[in-house]
Amino acid sequence: MTTLEFRNVTKRYKVRGAGDMLALDDVSFSLESGQTIALVGQSGSGKSTIAKILTQLERATTGEVLLDGKPIPHRGPGLRRYRQRVRMVFQDPFASLNPYHTIRHHLERPLRLDKVVPKDQVESEVMALLERVRLDPSATVDRRPHELSGGQRQRVAIARALASRPELLIADEPVSMLDVSIRLGVLNLLADLQRESNLGVLYITHDLATARHFSDRIMVLHHGVVVERGDADGVILDPQHEYTRALRDASPDPDRHFAGPAGTASLRS
Amino acid sequence: MSLTTAPATAPTDDASATEPQRPRRAPRIGQSFAMFRNGKSLAGLAILGVFVVVAVLAPLIAPYDPLEKDFMALRQPPSAAHWLGTTHMGEDVFSQIVYGTRGVLVVGFLAGVLATLVAVIVGVVAGYVAGWRSESLSALTNVFLVIPGLPLIIIVASQYEDPPLMLIAGVLAITGWAWGARVLRAQTMSLRNRDFVQAAKANGEKLWRIIAVEMLPNLTAIIASSFVGTVTAAVLGLTTLAFIGVIPITNLNWGTILFWAQQNGAFPDYWWWYIPAGLCIALLGMALSLVNFGIDEYVNPRLRSAGERARAARRKGLQVDGGVTEVRTVSGTGDDARAG
Repeated sequence: MTTLEFRNVTKRYKVRGAGDMLALDDVSFSLESGQTIALVGQSGSGKSTIAKILTQLERATTGEVLLDGKPIPHRGPGLRRYRQRVRMVFQDPFASLNPYHTIRHHLERPLRLDKVVPKDQVESEVMALLERVRLDPSATVDRRPHELSGGQRQRVAIARALASRPELLIADEPVSMLDVSIRLGVLNLLADLQRESNLGVLYITHDLATARHFSDRIMVLHHGVVVERGDADGVILDPQHEYTRALRDASPDPDRHFAGPAGTASLRS
Repeated sequence: MSLTTAPATAPTDDASATEPQRPRRAPRIGQSFAMFRNGKSLAGLAILGVFVVVAVLAPLIAPYDPLEKDFMALRQPPSAAHWLGTTHMGEDVFSQIVYGTRGVLVVGFLAGVLATLVAVIVGVVAGYVAGWRSESLSALTNVFLVIPGLPLIIIVASQYEDPPLMLIAGVLAITGWAWGARVLRAQTMSLRNRDFVQAAKANGEKLWRIIAVEMLPNLTAIIASSFVGTVTAAVLGLTTLAFIGVIPITNLNWGTILFWAQQNGAFPDYWWWYIPAGLCIALLGMALSLVNFGIDEYVNPRLRSAGERARAARRKGLQVDGGVTEVRTVSGTGDDARAG
């Protein structure tokens, strides 16, 4: 059982000539393997900052990130070990794959870097990874990202994240750049993979509907503060915080007609 | 569809049309050279190739030794014996031009390689790192950007009795790398924050690998164009230096020919003495510029000349001269409608 804990994390960005910008204000939560937490919030609420701190592309200003109770190292082999166990899927599959390299390169690199399998098994492991994300291995492996569709690319990005056999996966809005019709396919893939390998998934999104569909617990972030948390159904059906309510009412619901007072609620509050 | 979008979509259509023919295996080399696969680049490379062949095979092509003096044939106009006439010492101008190609190309390419190397190192590092290190490298680049090249070379060259080619190439490189470094820095800064670089970082790739394997291949077009640009500048610099007499006569190149022609009152009567050398410089400059135009258009298809875009649009059956808001009629084939 792996536990990742975010303890009282605050992040300030220095903005040139405009003082500091408080992106995260005293955020705490923990993520365990086998569990899916959805992190919901609008643009600029600090969702991606949490992802960046978790992958150590940014450092917390104050507070700690603990893996199995130990603070994560900021450099050296310790950081590499950590990064092997906690992987991230980026938001935009059109930007997160290098246009110059083939799919093979993208999947080989983490395998070689973390020495996941012996050298002579790298090739078969690449094929197995593509198989796992439901892509045709032989038809895909020598292609370049621009030859694939958005959904296929995101599957490659997921395969890359899984290559190092992580225990926790951070998915930063993994379907927001995809065509609506294929979102469900990618989300279901993530859910299947999560069950297969008992992954812990932090699902970052601004879409309450998929958050409910996909996760056990929901955390609502507003201006860098966690304003509400709880199990998925509870948060959606009985939101306590005003912002969560506005967020819920703003998302389209085919069962609800936009005539009543609930439909006219706006995010302006 | 409105006609205003036609020019923008035409080039992309062309690009995708050629794609399926590309072999799937070993695509890396194909992709690296894709920027040269257009009319302008190919024409430039062809001219360049001729000059390279001439330089390599100079002893086979030149009918005389370039410094062989024939006092029975002074200032002869072109004839069967001397294709481009002779100088005031009876030297064969054609042989001098053939041998002169060597000096020009060697110094040009040496300076180009050195300058590109410096530009890539300084530019990419300045673009990748942040803070004071980036700023100081940028300041260094700006200083070299405003150093006047020719006066510096004159000062350096005048310290030597017989400045070696290597030194001349080195000084031309020192004064020529800054522009490439600036462009590379800007492009690297934009690459640095792309997700695929962040992803490589999060995977735990080493810094040099991120730069060399993930970023550099995406900069090849800019590096190539900066290389070609410095070669052009170095060729012009070298011939200018030779022409004003800073580089001694032992180093034979097109500029030296012009120097001797000017010294001995060749203008304007003995045209065969200076026009061919001048034309060669212009031709080489044109070839290098063509290669660069080709690369630029590969990087940014919108740079293709308006006439070319209009022709491409017309081939698709679009009326280029029509009003902006006019809607294309689909009375023709259904294929056309979908192609737009």
